[in-house]
Amino acid sequence: MSALDNTARADGSEGSYNFAYLDEQTKRMIRRAILKAIAVPGYQVPFASREMPMPYGWGTGGVQVTAAILGSDDVLKVIDQGSDDTTNAVSIRAFFEKTANVATTTHTAEATIIQTRHRIPERQLEEGQILVYQVPIPEPLRFLEPRETETRKMHALEEYGLMHVKLYEDIARHGHIATTYAYPVKVDGRYVMDPSPTPKFDNPKMHDMAALQLFGAGREKRIYAVPPYTRVESLDFEDHPFQVQRFDKPCALCAAEDVYLDEVILDDRGGRMFVCSDTDHCEERRTAGHRGEMAGEEIAARLSAGHASDGEDGQ
Amino acid sequence: MSGATDRSELPLLRANGLTRFYGERIGCHDVSFELFPGEVLAIVGESGSGKTTLLNCLSTRLPPTAGAVEYRMRDGQMRDLFQLSEAERRLLMRTDWGFVHQNAADGLRMTVSAGANVGERLMAVGERHYGAIRGTALDWLSRVEIDETRIDDEPRAFSGGMRQRLQIARNLVTSPRLVFMDEPTGGLDVSVQARLLDLIRGLVTDLGLSVVIVTHDLAVARLLSHRLMVMRHGKVIETGLTDRVLDDPQAPYTQLLVSSILQV
Amino acid sequence: MYVAVKGGEKAIRNAHRLLAHKRRGDRTVPDLTLAQIAEQLSLSVARVMAEGSLYDLELAALAIKQSRGDLIEAIFLLRAYRTTLPRFGYSLPLDTGDMLVRRRISATYKDLPGGQLLGPTFDYTHRLLDFSLAAEGGVPPERPELAKIDDDDAKIPRVTDLLGQEGLIEADRPAGETDDGDVGDLTREPLSFPADRDLRLQNLARGDEGFLLALGYSTQRGYGRTHPFAGEIRFGEVEVEFFAEELGFAVPLGRVQVTECQMVNQFQGSAKAPPQFTRGYGLVFGQSERKAMSMALVDRALRAAELGEEEIAPAQDQEFVLSHSDNVQATGFVEHLKLPHYVDFQAELDLVRRMRREWQERQTAEAGDARQEAAE
Repeated sequence: MSALDNTARADGSEGSYNFAYLDEQTKRMIRRAILKAIAVPGYQVPFASREMPMPYGWGTGGVQVTAAILGSDDVLKVIDQGSDDTTNAVSIRAFFEKTANVATTTHTAEATIIQTRHRIPERQLEEGQILVYQVPIPEPLRFLEPRETETRKMHALEEYGLMHVKLYEDIARHGHIATTYAYPVKVDGRYVMDPSPTPKFDNPKMHDMAALQLFGAGREKRIYAVPPYTRVESLDFEDHPFQVQRFDKPCALCAAEDVYLDEVILDDRGGRMFVCSDTDHCEERRTAGHRGEMAGEEIAARLSAGHASDGEDGQ
Repeated sequence: MSGATDRSELPLLRANGLTRFYGERIGCHDVSFELFPGEVLAIVGESGSGKTTLLNCLSTRLPPTAGAVEYRMRDGQMRDLFQLSEAERRLLMRTDWGFVHQNAADGLRMTVSAGANVGERLMAVGERHYGAIRGTALDWLSRVEIDETRIDDEPRAFSGGMRQRLQIARNLVTSPRLVFMDEPTGGLDVSVQARLLDLIRGLVTDLGLSVVIVTHDLAVARLLSHRLMVMRHGKVIETGLTDRVLDDPQAPYTQLLVSSILQV
Repeated sequence: MYVAVKGGEKAIRNAHRLLAHKRRGDRTVPDLTLAQIAEQLSLSVARVMAEGSLYDLELAALAIKQSRGDLIEAIFLLRAYRTTLPRFGYSLPLDTGDMLVRRRISATYKDLPGGQLLGPTFDYTHRLLDFSLAAEGGVPPERPELAKIDDDDAKIPRVTDLLGQEGLIEADRPAGETDDGDVGDLTREPLSFPADRDLRLQNLARGDEGFLLALGYSTQRGYGRTHPFAGEIRFGEVEVEFFAEELGFAVPLGRVQVTECQMVNQFQGSAKAPPQFTRGYGLVFGQSERKAMSMALVDRALRAAELGEEEIAPAQDQEFVLSHSDNVQATGFVEHLKLPHYVDFQAELDLVRRMRREWQERQTAEAGDARQEAAE
């Protein structure tokens, strides 16, 4: 009997996949790695990452972590660049809707698990929530030292001088630290950790967060974690303390300040506006009656035209 | 050079029966000596005599086949270096020791600025004030006669002599007590060599450093060292005060070596 | 209500429909069958099975059809499918000495027991486009008479075993024996460095053909020379056996086609060991001599440390080779640059603007100073 005959998958039905795609043994293996990661905050635990039906670098680590911790009564939110509706977030959410049939939401407050790429939601997370980060390169020392054997030793011996050499060079060259995202942090006073490519704006949110933070790197086969209420410090110098980006204007749609903004180019004559990167946060504020200077619905409508085209007519 | 050593003190470094084989071939064989605080020991010999193997064994960069190396830690305890944990050993190497390579590129980070090269050790031991690190770096650059305006330049843009001086500053910034040097003036022009030797001699005296220096150049040994160890075929064939060995060599090979070079 | 890319869900759905449409192409051209792919594009199928780490002709053919002939995409499909398959256990080591040989050549001996069997090969063909193939429904070529292999000859000894009898080549390890006593499984344990040869070979066996080809080639051009001879290349069918606990003996599961390459490499000796040739090994699913040979070259290069050779070339650097050989990982990470990065880009944009502003201010200030001085 060929493999085609004994599988229900060929007909396109997803029914025969195990809950959340991975088999239970694999999930247990991932959970063990997660538990170890929580026990040693910031330490990168190697795990036997599996091939997933989405490409490496597109969130396979986060997807495996989510699959391993997901229960049938969980409510899942998936964001990419802060938004629930970017293509990759849509694709991953659809994957879990299909393979786990779990409830999904776009509201940060309602979610029990939030899988994210590149942002931490603006709304303060609460106890019981889990934030799952997709991580492309988990090793904060990678671009200073390409060898895994050496970087593991550096972590083991807490040899982090090189990290500060990088920051020193930034200041010597630019007058300030020029790292804007994937800004390295020290977790619980011990391990230096890559917060994944979130803007450094989000770094302070990691500190003492009530929610559990899990990080999955599929291609690099590493899982790490920050348990709730853990010290997370961004590396800096005493006389050049860590600072986050500040935006000159509030969100053009909801007037929020102290949030991370995306720049949206409106025309080819230099017209642009700045809007919340966290779309759920923005919507909530507008529902609550906040209005920015460009809350015009027609702009939003024009920007929303997402469609597929291969450039041919009549297709 | 003589007189700086205080023999009444306890030894800082002690090698005992140090032996290293490469398969069947002898690297160095049964080497024993003591090094005292403030003392400069030169190991001389032709290439292939085992002097670099010995230096690498002493500095724990190469595990010996037999024998032991002991070092007096800052707490006064004599410890067997190969019994230290890797963490202890690496800490020792970046704080209490220095290692000056013949090729400066082996001891420097060629793609970061001179200031960061000097500051790295400070940052490694927890210095977190940018201004203070930079201040110390500037101070050290001037002590090794590098113009302060070069602090943000990469060593790639430096001449051979400057690179070597930068490497020395990078090593000395944590006030080490013991510095290993492997042909520090090798490959440099004669005039550049002379200036560098002067600088090293001044620093060693000012800081009261203990030094183990490997060189094939007896003139370098004469200028810098208190004591001399002559090696051949992996074995020490003569040892003594530098002036005594060079002026009145006992072993036939040493006599040959001394007579075959220009007198200094 | 504003959402930058609301409608993403619909756009994705439409894009996928368009893809399916494009995959089918012109409706007047007949649909490809899996049998056609498996039979007539068999070397593509072999590559997809090898790098997809799953031996199933039909699934591989399906993957090639679904991926519009993009083999790395097909490999990826097979790997993702493989993840969901339950694992019953490990088969016994293949005995390639017992192979039903379809092709077997040695570059080290003119003639040898079992003979040189050319089999189906592109070697010695003139690479001229054969326009007769362009005509549809042409007369199929006649099947040539195959050499009779009688039972005595059926056992074709491996060249390395012949060398081994004289002790001229380092001994093969007994099947299943490794440095740490256990054969690793890189699909079940994350690779850590330094990796032993069992894991290195697994990594290379599923590694990208092009990557290994380039690395193997580099060793021939002096970046880590190994002085290779193609001791033997054989292709054919071997039995896969599985030890069934319940039965207490091994049962055959079926046959797989594999290509094996044994490189005979430079010898060395020391006071303890007499001079001997060393080995580089390659084994892949299906007929893929290029891959098997490249794998053998790279395997030998990666043994540099073990054999006391200087490690200076890329092909000898196991962290470099093993970390970058997997094309599913590589393609994913390269292509992930297509994903939105506007949050990070925004941060960089901000910084560059600020730095430009600071630069501008410095320039203005300096110009002011200069004017001041000129005026004084």
